[in-house]
Amino acid sequence: MPWFRKDKKPKPVRRERVRSPVPEGLWSKCDGCKEAIYARELERNLSVCPQCGYHNRLDARQRIALLIDDPEPRELFTGLRSSDPLHFKDTKKYKDRLKRYQQVAGDRDAVVVVEGDLEGIPIVLAVMQYPFMGGSMGSVVGEKITRAAEAALAARKPLLVVSASGGARMQEGVLSLMQMAKISAALARLSAARLPYLSILTDPTTGGVTASFAMLGDLNLAEPGALIGFAGPRVIQQTIRQDLPEGFQRSEFLLEHGFLDFVVPRAEMKSRLARCLRHLGA
Amino acid sequence: MQALDDSAFEEPLIALRRQIAELEGYPEGSGHEKDLERLRHRLDKETDSVFRNLSRWQKTLMARHAERPYTLDYVDLMMDEWVEFHGDRAYADDPAIVSGFATFRGQHVAVIGHQKGRDTTQRIRRNFGQPRPEGYRKALRIMKLAEKFGRPILTFIDTPGAYPGIGAEERGQAEAIARNLLEMASLRVPVVVTVTGEGGSGGALALGVGDRVFILEYGIYSVISPEGCAAILWKDQGMKAVAAEAMRVTAPDLLDLGVVDEIIPEPRGGAHTDPVLTSQRIADRLEATLEELNDRSPEELLEARYERFRKLGVFSES
Ligand SMILES: [Zn+2]
Repeated sequence: MPWFRKDKKPKPVRRERVRSPVPEGLWSKCDGCKEAIYARELERNLSVCPQCGYHNRLDARQRIALLIDDPEPRELFTGLRSSDPLHFKDTKKYKDRLKRYQQVAGDRDAVVVVEGDLEGIPIVLAVMQYPFMGGSMGSVVGEKITRAAEAALAARKPLLVVSASGGARMQEGVLSLMQMAKISAALARLSAARLPYLSILTDPTTGGVTASFAMLGDLNLAEPGALIGFAGPRVIQQTIRQDLPEGFQRSEFLLEHGFLDFVVPRAEMKSRLARCLRHLGA
Repeated sequence: MQALDDSAFEEPLIALRRQIAELEGYPEGSGHEKDLERLRHRLDKETDSVFRNLSRWQKTLMARHAERPYTLDYVDLMMDEWVEFHGDRAYADDPAIVSGFATFRGQHVAVIGHQKGRDTTQRIRRNFGQPRPEGYRKALRIMKLAEKFGRPILTFIDTPGAYPGIGAEERGQAEAIARNLLEMASLRVPVVVTVTGEGGSGGALALGVGDRVFILEYGIYSVISPEGCAAILWKDQGMKAVAAEAMRVTAPDLLDLGVVDEIIPEPRGGAHTDPVLTSQRIADRLEATLEELNDRSPEELLEARYERFRKLGVFSES
């Protein structure tokens, strides 16, 4: 008998926010096992498939709710907005793209920074917002994460960054590239002050984000099955013209090759982080 | 836009240069002096008119020019007592990055740079200047060595980017680049960066965190190659010239954006037409800059280096 045949009449899905990753309908097909899942069940299970453990992507707000004790933590640096230094236009104007994402994703750019407690430990937390232009890093993302590191340093708090990004934002050209150096320099100061920095990599984390702050944690950890790499799989495939091995660039692959301290399921993330922070003196 | 697609703009100049070289082969007094003078004059004029109007894509082609001087050419032209150091002490020696110590105008320095090959065999050996993680880790090892022995570091950037391959990913391409960014921000000796050719994305930046960043006149620096950008945003690699324009990858753009501190002018016709003069111009700037930076305490250097990168980026705030 299929697990989903229940007596209870399904209640309508709450539609709090447009950006909820739970699909509109009552049922959705899991990207992992291709089975039908009852949407409410999926939501209750933190968007992890109860059948196969597939971790669906979360947006920044959901991620913050998962990690911070206070349901409404103080958000920092909310006034920052991308401008268009290059007057960039591809098939669309960058300015118009920004406007559209600001409407759809509801955020001003691809990272949200908050101050709050994680199991009672005061931290500064930056969470990348993948739905906003693929979590791409331009000047605003670079500036906000740098300020997050500087705020952590000033308040002598640990810094946690949750990454989800396709890499540097092409529409701001080389300025996006320079954010990698800027953030890494701020992390060097945090490290010199012996304050913990934990990097949490989620699906997907690639390009300039992986090649800067995401790989620089005192501890690096990831959710199961997340795509993590420098070059995207398609670029690699085009370069080497051969098939990529099974599981290539997934969390478990990175763990095996020594670039992660552990892979931790979503439900255990918060308690694992708290334990690590205490070990690191927080 | 078709004409932008190749380096045809240089062809008339190459033909003239060939004619001149031929005439120069004759012994003196053989009556070719007049012709020579006339041809040289014509070459200058045509070169100026071609180079005055180079598009961003054409400058990209100049940055990638097959005859462009590479790091080891500059070492040869401006350094003495060069000793190359090899290996990252963990996995391999990456020939796409060269590193070592040398004397430069009387002082000991560390030199680290990307290295491309000149012929097919060498190009393959150098992996077209695309480093793997061990290259970046070797670079960091030599930087730390320079710090330990109080030697200033000169880096030379010329790469299409870090190599996108299975092994490179397995060995942590991203981690190797990231580590260099973090460590270079903390090096207690002067670091002077010169972009001599292609500044290709993170693979370039991993040698690019310094107190000063110079670029040759026809060098470029970009977040992604124009081809890569065109493929993603326009779904058409053929739009590379448009992408190069949109991303503003050339030296004057970079100066405007604060990404580089100074442009070093190339000889008429580009660095490859006169490597000796190019090298001399770079060396003059490096010498003057080291003189200035050598007087600073490590704390002053680190503070200024932090601020240099801290201020990069453009945004509004309400
Ligand atoms: Zn499933």
